[in-house]
Amino acid sequence: MSKQKLIVVGNGMVGHKFIENMIENPAYSDYQIITFSEEPRLAYDRVQLSAYFAGKSADDLMLTSPDYYDENQVQYIVNDKVVSIDKAAKTITTASGRQESYDKLILATGSFPFVPPIPGKDQPHCLVYRTIEDLEAITASANQSKVGVVVGGGLLGLEAANAIQNLGLEAHVVEFAPRLMAVQLDEGGGQLLRSKIESLGVGVHTEKNTKEIVAGEKCRYRMNFADGSYLETDMIVFSAGIRPQDELARQFELEIGPRGGIVINNQCQTSDENIYAIGECALWQNRIFGLVAPGYQMAKVAAEHITGGDLAFIGADMSTKLKLLGVDVASIGDAQARTEGCLSYTYLDGHAGVYKRLVVSADNKKVIGAVLVGDVEAYGNLLQMMLSDIEIPGAPEQLILPAGAGDAPALGVDALPETAQICSCHDVSKGDIYEAVKGGCTDMGGIKACTKAATGCGGCAAMTTQVMNAALTEMGVEVDTSLCEHFAYTRQELFDIVRTKGIKSFAELIESHGTGHGCEICKPAVGSMLATAWNEYVLDDKHIGLQDTNDVFLANMQKDGTYSVVPRVAAGEITPAQLIVLGEVGRDFNLYTKITGGQRIDFFGAQLHELPAIWSRLVDAGFETGHAYGKSLRTVKSCVGSTWCRYGMLDSVSMAVNLEMRYKGLRSPHKLKMGVSGCTRECAEAQGKDVGVIATDKGWNLYLCGNGGMKPRHADLFASDLDDETLIKYIDRFLMFYCRTADKLQRTSVWMDNLEGGLDYLHEIIVEDKLGLCETLEADMARVIDSYECEWKKTLQSPERLKRFAHFINSDATDDNLAYVEMRGQQKGRIATDVERKKLAKGEEIETVELV
Amino acid sequence: MTTQWEEICKLNDLVPGTGVCALHNGEQVALFRPANDSQVYAISNYDPIGKANVLSRGITGDIKGKLVVASPLYKQHFELTSGECLEEPEIKLATYQVKVEGDKVLLAV
Ligand code: SRM
Ligand SMILES: Cc1cc2nc3c(=O)[nH]c(=O)nc-3n(C[C@H](O)[C@H](O)[C@H](O)COP(=O)(O)OP(=O)(O)OC[C@H]3O[C@@H](n4cnc5c(N)ncnc54)[C@H](O)[C@@H]3O)c2cc1C
Ligand code: SF4
Ligand code: FES
Repeated sequence: MSKQKLIVVGNGMVGHKFIENMIENPAYSDYQIITFSEEPRLAYDRVQLSAYFAGKSADDLMLTSPDYYDENQVQYIVNDKVVSIDKAAKTITTASGRQESYDKLILATGSFPFVPPIPGKDQPHCLVYRTIEDLEAITASANQSKVGVVVGGGLLGLEAANAIQNLGLEAHVVEFAPRLMAVQLDEGGGQLLRSKIESLGVGVHTEKNTKEIVAGEKCRYRMNFADGSYLETDMIVFSAGIRPQDELARQFELEIGPRGGIVINNQCQTSDENIYAIGECALWQNRIFGLVAPGYQMAKVAAEHITGGDLAFIGADMSTKLKLLGVDVASIGDAQARTEGCLSYTYLDGHAGVYKRLVVSADNKKVIGAVLVGDVEAYGNLLQMMLSDIEIPGAPEQLILPAGAGDAPALGVDALPETAQICSCHDVSKGDIYEAVKGGCTDMGGIKACTKAATGCGGCAAMTTQVMNAALTEMGVEVDTSLCEHFAYTRQELFDIVRTKGIKSFAELIESHGTGHGCEICKPAVGSMLATAWNEYVLDDKHIGLQDTNDVFLANMQKDGTYSVVPRVAAGEITPAQLIVLGEVGRDFNLYTKITGGQRIDFFGAQLHELPAIWSRLVDAGFETGHAYGKSLRTVKSCVGSTWCRYGMLDSVSMAVNLEMRYKGLRSPHKLKMGVSGCTRECAEAQGKDVGVIATDKGWNLYLCGNGGMKPRHADLFASDLDDETLIKYIDRFLMFYCRTADKLQRTSVWMDNLEGGLDYLHEIIVEDKLGLCETLEADMARVIDSYECEWKKTLQSPERLKRFAHFINSDATDDNLAYVEMRGQQKGRIATDVERKKLAKGEEIETVELV
Repeated sequence: MTTQWEEICKLNDLVPGTGVCALHNGEQVALFRPANDSQVYAISNYDPIGKANVLSRGITGDIKGKLVVASPLYKQHFELTSGECLEEPEIKLATYQVKVEGDKVLLAV
């Protein structure tokens, strides 16, 4: 049987989802897919489009890749628009003249921004906000503009205003309706949102009907409004709604709605049974769905129908939760209270800037809608109560009153049915999450990877975590977070105990809060906590037994039992004289020498008794320990920055030296690395570090929680355009908060992936100081910084301590089990193998590798 | 015949919770003092899994009631009294008779 040929017109979010659903279908081998995109690239995450301004690249936003399509035999043609359909012959033709036949045609053409027919709208610097190219045009225009106006105060308009403001322009929003986000919010919510946005310096102009765009006096243009007022601006972004891209359907006679949109049935078929329409171009029961979740649902339905399944599209919930210009906003169900007989409760806290409205059924028993501005914590709860039709436990008003005022009856996730949809972006139900947990996903990282829940807009992260934990508990997989068999506490709990009770030693802690002698898990973990909290000398008698061998000997053990030596070279900056000393030390002690990936030099093959001699040479020359052995700050990678580089915006080397000298010696749950780049070219790869700093023309951008380890993760942009002082303040707080709350041996990347509330939550703690922690975090960090001393320098001063650096306690002999093979000009080039060792013992020659 | 003892070091040389290595009859012996008392244990210093003379530099502790040292290389546990490896029971290290007399640590010859 020959394969059925499917043509997908449009490779946007929904078109790609359809293809993905097909690939995952067991019958996929019976199909052959070709997809066309008018855009120059394959599908990317339009929902996260604004992140492009925050430093994400087009690559970061990609939802798929040529490799993935190639692997799955999907043919893709970008930059080519489908311009005609021959329904009878079942073929399509593209702008470049390419013709293809189909068995089934899937229209996933999305929508286009609506630009009101205002005279003057077609001039340069009058733009829209939909594609990566649009954003590039906005950036280019912003470079030559001082003031920017967004026409449209809806969801996307406010996002665009945010972007314009971040680009450094004076931003205004012009709205036709009497309030912002008129579709999602009621009067009260709109008003509060307005005052919040105005306080951020964005001009809000409601009830303004733009009549014409003419040349301005102070700015490039003047917008004249119908009421006689006007506004001057250099740039205009239209965000006045979207219109379904139904051009093809119109021209080739598929049924379309009175106000546009390709009419589909419950199986997503158009008026031609071989043609489907999905996503924003489709009109179902006279409704267009301008969100991605319903589009994904349609993609699933169409794929099922084509492969013989019988799923139906039954409409979708349009509730949304987002952060606009830093203000949390959520809208659920019948936010405007249009249902007959419904009742409303409102809560307004003018001081904190919180507005909540709850809409309930006439019998006061069911949630049917809500508006939340300023505090959206109740979103997950309320949405689930509405979707799962759950009866309100107790008095409805409790659901929106702040905690404390008669505690809100939290909706236990237990109350939700199996089918309750937890993640609407990826249509993940409570049951799906339970199944994933049963299949072995026991942390958020795992759940995200195998169900995709919480990887779209992120709005469901908190609820997903709750469901996961409930599943774990229910399965009796007691979520055992004990540190180990000696302590029935988590690392975070133990850290709090250590800090608040002022516990200074392992003995004290295990005596009061643990059992037994301890082990190689709890000892180093507690050793690390004690060091973070009190920063006492790690080789002190009461601490030495807690340390891993690397910390005991202040060097890294190699596979033959010898050690490596890594002096600190802060930010990779080194004087020629210091470089010569390093060369001499390597030569004199005959150490294998290598430049590391961390901009410094590592010497390998030092025996225990040689370490003090090596280090006294290094300390005399002014070197300090590099903590290559510690769970602590390793390196701060720098680029050369403005001191030399023609692109450098700021002095990245000085900042990197600063950071390395500030945080050196901080013991943390896992190792820490930082990077500082002088400009966006990112030569220091700062976005691959736990803490990344990149200079802009206005200050420093701070990125957090990246790494390149076992599971590489790009750091998230946390704050922009900071001055030196604020940057350091934020890093202080971030590091201490991580030290306090991470699990043992948890990198910042994994910590972030498991942090409930994610980046926003971290922002609340570090920038907004929502938990009132900042002062103590800074004080704790100051204590660590003030008590720093070089561990090697201190050790060399203590003959008692130096006694440990001998292979034998009762002899000057050394380990006789070591043997090396020359390699590329270094005598200790490599550790000899067992066979080579035997030959060496017999005095036989063995092969060496020359440096050529 | 009575056992002959050789003095190895002072008890003070062993910081509670740590180990040291001794050269004894040409062999490398790891001595451990797990707690702040005069109990000392002795097993071979050679880690047969990591193939290096390193066990004296491991962390001591107890796992399900058994006193152990964790190899600093790949973290397998070796029981201090029997030399048995908890992860791979077919591996058993040599153990040595050890005693503490006053402030002296002695090994049986
Ligand atoms: C020497 C060096 C490789 C080199 O020849 O260049 C190195 C060597 C070691 N790395 Fe690394 N890493 C080195 C750069 C890196 C980098 C690249 C970087 O920092 O730019 C990475 C990826 C970035 C990152 O941090 O994620 C890296 C990711 C790791 C990991 C994976 C961590 C993770 O979260 O997945 C480990 C394992 C661990 O730490 O548990 C590791 C562990 C190790 C250890 C300590 C393994 C061990 O326990 O014996 C290696 C011994 C070092 C020694 O004996 O001196 N090394 N390691 C680099 C030292 C840099 C320095 O100057 O301090
Ligand atoms: C800035 C922004 C923020 C958003 N935020 C959210 C949000 O927070 N939550 C949410 O749910 N939704 C959000 N959306 C909406 C969401 O992006 C859309 O619902 C989703 O992208 C729709 O997917 P689609 O595949 O139907 O259309 P699209 O993603 O637009 O894809 C359609 C593709 O088809 C191509 N195409 C059209 N005609 C042709 C042709 N004839 N031949 C070839 N190719 C063609 C187009 O060029 C386009 O690439 C946002 C949108 C924007 C612009
Ligand atoms: S990141 Fe920028 S400033 Fe730094 S070296 Fe590269 S190009 Fe120059
Ligand atoms: S609801 Fe958007 S990611 Fe789950």
